[in-house]
Amino acid sequence: MKLYSVITLLLCALSANAQKIKVPYEQFTLPNGLNVILHQDKTIPRISVNVWYFVGSGSEKPGRTGFAHLFEHILFEGSKNVPEGKFDEWLEAAGANNNGSTTEDRTNYYEDLPANALDLALFLESDRMGFLLASLTDSTVDGQRDVVKNERRQSYENRPYGKANLELPALLYPKDHPYSWPVIGTMADLTAASRQDVADFFTQYYIPGNASLCIAGDIDLAQARKAVEKWFSDVPAGKTVLPPHPAAAVLTEEKRVVMEDKVQLPRLQMIWLSPANFQPGSAEMELLGSLLGGGKNSRLYKRLVYDLQIAQNVSAFQNSSKFSGEFYIAVTARPGIGLSQIEQIVQEEIDKITSESATDRELARVVNQYESRFLTQIERSGGFSGKANQLNEYFFYTGNPDYFNEDLQRYKSVDPADISAAARKYLRSNARIVMSIVPEGKKDLAATKK
Amino acid sequence: MKKICLLVSFTLWLVGGFAQMPDRSGPPALSQVKNLSLPVPVRFTLSNGLKVVLMEKHNVPMVQVNLLIQTGNYDDPVGKEGLASFAMDVLDEGAGNFTALQLADEIELLGAQIGTGSRPFSAEVNCTAPVARLQDALALMSTIILKPTFANSELDRLKKLRLNALLQNYDDPSTIAQRAFNQLMFTEASPYGRFANDRTIRSYVREDLVAFHTTNFVTGNSTLIVAGDVTKQSIQPLLEKYFAAYPKGNATNKARPVPAQVKGRSIYVIDKPGAAQSVISIGRLGPARNDPSYYAVNVMNTILGGSFTSRLNSNLREKHGYAYGASSSFSFWNTPSPFVASSSVQTDVTGPALGEFIIEFDKIRTPIPTDELSRGKNYNALGYARLFETNIDLAGTLGSQILYQLPDGYFNNYVGKILAVTEQEVMAAANQFVVSDNMLIVIVGDRAKIEAGILKLNLGNVNFLSIEDVLGKKPAL
Repeated sequence: MKLYSVITLLLCALSANAQKIKVPYEQFTLPNGLNVILHQDKTIPRISVNVWYFVGSGSEKPGRTGFAHLFEHILFEGSKNVPEGKFDEWLEAAGANNNGSTTEDRTNYYEDLPANALDLALFLESDRMGFLLASLTDSTVDGQRDVVKNERRQSYENRPYGKANLELPALLYPKDHPYSWPVIGTMADLTAASRQDVADFFTQYYIPGNASLCIAGDIDLAQARKAVEKWFSDVPAGKTVLPPHPAAAVLTEEKRVVMEDKVQLPRLQMIWLSPANFQPGSAEMELLGSLLGGGKNSRLYKRLVYDLQIAQNVSAFQNSSKFSGEFYIAVTARPGIGLSQIEQIVQEEIDKITSESATDRELARVVNQYESRFLTQIERSGGFSGKANQLNEYFFYTGNPDYFNEDLQRYKSVDPADISAAARKYLRSNARIVMSIVPEGKKDLAATKK
Repeated sequence: MKKICLLVSFTLWLVGGFAQMPDRSGPPALSQVKNLSLPVPVRFTLSNGLKVVLMEKHNVPMVQVNLLIQTGNYDDPVGKEGLASFAMDVLDEGAGNFTALQLADEIELLGAQIGTGSRPFSAEVNCTAPVARLQDALALMSTIILKPTFANSELDRLKKLRLNALLQNYDDPSTIAQRAFNQLMFTEASPYGRFANDRTIRSYVREDLVAFHTTNFVTGNSTLIVAGDVTKQSIQPLLEKYFAAYPKGNATNKARPVPAQVKGRSIYVIDKPGAAQSVISIGRLGPARNDPSYYAVNVMNTILGGSFTSRLNSNLREKHGYAYGASSSFSFWNTPSPFVASSSVQTDVTGPALGEFIIEFDKIRTPIPTDELSRGKNYNALGYARLFETNIDLAGTLGSQILYQLPDGYFNNYVGKILAVTEQEVMAAANQFVVSDNMLIVIVGDRAKIEAGILKLNLGNVNFLSIEDVLGKKPAL
């Protein structure tokens, strides 16, 4: 019995190593500058409306860290024709769910709704894109300020090992770099944010030419296009935004930091600067993360957790943004195990991968996992990780919404020797952060320089 | 349900004439909702009697195959709490001729994932594989299922991992709150109130795992669930090949006692000095999954704490700014089971935040405004299609159908049943299940800073516990 009709997604005959992924789309630009991407997928009778604004915490002014994210919250509080509270009420009444998120580079929003409710999402998104300020009051800003402060408490301050992540940006980047403060911001800066800041930020960054709208799901392409043209036709164009253009960040020394936290087990975090998103070397570093920390056979897991059993868990991954990347290794040690011992073994494994290449099988294992993840990802249209968001993400970072296949090819074309070369280039011991997070009163467990 | 609608057809045109002007005077009228129409899943049995249920989905060349075992955490023998979870964990640490590392290597090389784990009343082996590698993946899956090694070296290794994970629980206020809530609600006398601890973890021996496997991995206790890019014709011979040797046998009887309802109101404060927030869990017993009030309870909870615009979230987050969010949920086991409302609230407003929970509990028992009721129904009903989007969604949904013994056709009828719920039924559900006079209240936070605010509310007897009172003595490692 066939449940779903085959549509939109053209996957060539599959050998697990040679699929071509294609997510067909239609793209156009409105006269006011808004980029629009449409993709049809009739798997279920729902659609996802996804909007990216090309502004994140990297565009914040000094003294206003956390503002881009606070602004994201304010975007749900109503606009000229949407009274406070109604944004979410109207969506839920139509059977929709929605959310938003902020990074250093961008802010995104989505509404996942039944297929009949496209007009509602477009009304709401166009109203806040064009006419947010008409309904803005001081109390709106105050209310969300408190919510965001509690988000900071919940996600960082009251979470084991969470506070360390707030310190990291300033250690990794020079003061004038847009990634040198955390997206969530400081409590003092959140307190300082004013209604005028909201108005300035909106006027400067929340304009159609600095955004991309993607609709994926059970749509009729021609009707969806008409609806977009109608709802966004009266959104004013605004003044062109210049994107940030920071000088490349460089770490020139090793910085060692020891932090105490309310934790039982000590944790070692080592962080390096690495290639930016989709730049040469970033795929190599992502694969290196998996070789070191993904699965039982990965180098660090096998050595520290499986064989020696001196660690509780290991993670290693590349986090890429527009202007820079970061490579993380984190190891949570067993009780009483000194982090110097952990660091020494991590260093041995780094030295090993830089001097001799991984085996073909080791790399194939990792790449095949990536390939399956691509396929699993395109099963879903909505949410933060569905196709609507991915099409916008690819558009923002590469200019090509359907970059799925090219993206996969980045991983498939890497040789074991490329990974060793990238490790040599980026994982240098004289340019990194070595962070020891230890239980209160246990500073003696911290990793110390030999 | 359906909002009857005219597709907007105004005749204002922009200069240039390419687009209509939008009417922003209110939310646009919407066209009729498209119905979700799902076929009955295909069912067959293998030659050994192992049941198979299949839903096809052909837009991505991936397949999900889950073995669902109807035995879970709450079926553990007394004194061996955590055994189901542990046995499932060790299951894939070596099988047939493969060591743990060889198995992981083979699976990853296929681009497949095979996961093992347990839940309150079930255990699962889940395989996600590219359809081109399905045969190889099923061969490995069946080796794990039929021939686990349960090597002592792996048991010892994973016991140490578990004991250390247990130690990490002492850091996490949400875990502490959840554990305290269940222990206090059910007590040690009930399987629902007992949890793995230092002693039970150290007590597991190989024979326990072998017994768990032999008893529960039998045809009468198991179902294979398949979702994805296969047909009955393509999958049946493969399943026959790899699972015909799955042992025949009947499910054993499981003691799943009906728990006692919370009487009176008791408050427990668990001290976590220096905590930036207090984690609050409040609740009592809600209905069983097969209770006729199921649909009304779902709608009621959507309004109370099951959505962003719900009253608890609107109150604690939007109105007062006490929290990043607040929510409530019903567990819906096959017996009466917990209803819990929870939030992480700013330390210095713990008392007032707690007071707001009680206010909302009492308010939900009074008449509900029409727009709020219809919003709760629509949100619940029209979002239902999300359970059927991916292979993993489908397989999970089919699994719940088995665990709750839901008839075929159930999924197609769900939307209509929710939309038919009346205000009287919602209020009846609230009055029956959200009784704030009889609730258990657990708060994990900085006692020195929150005690006065909680006492001031005069909600009832306040008891003070340490984290060790909840989790036991820290394991010596």
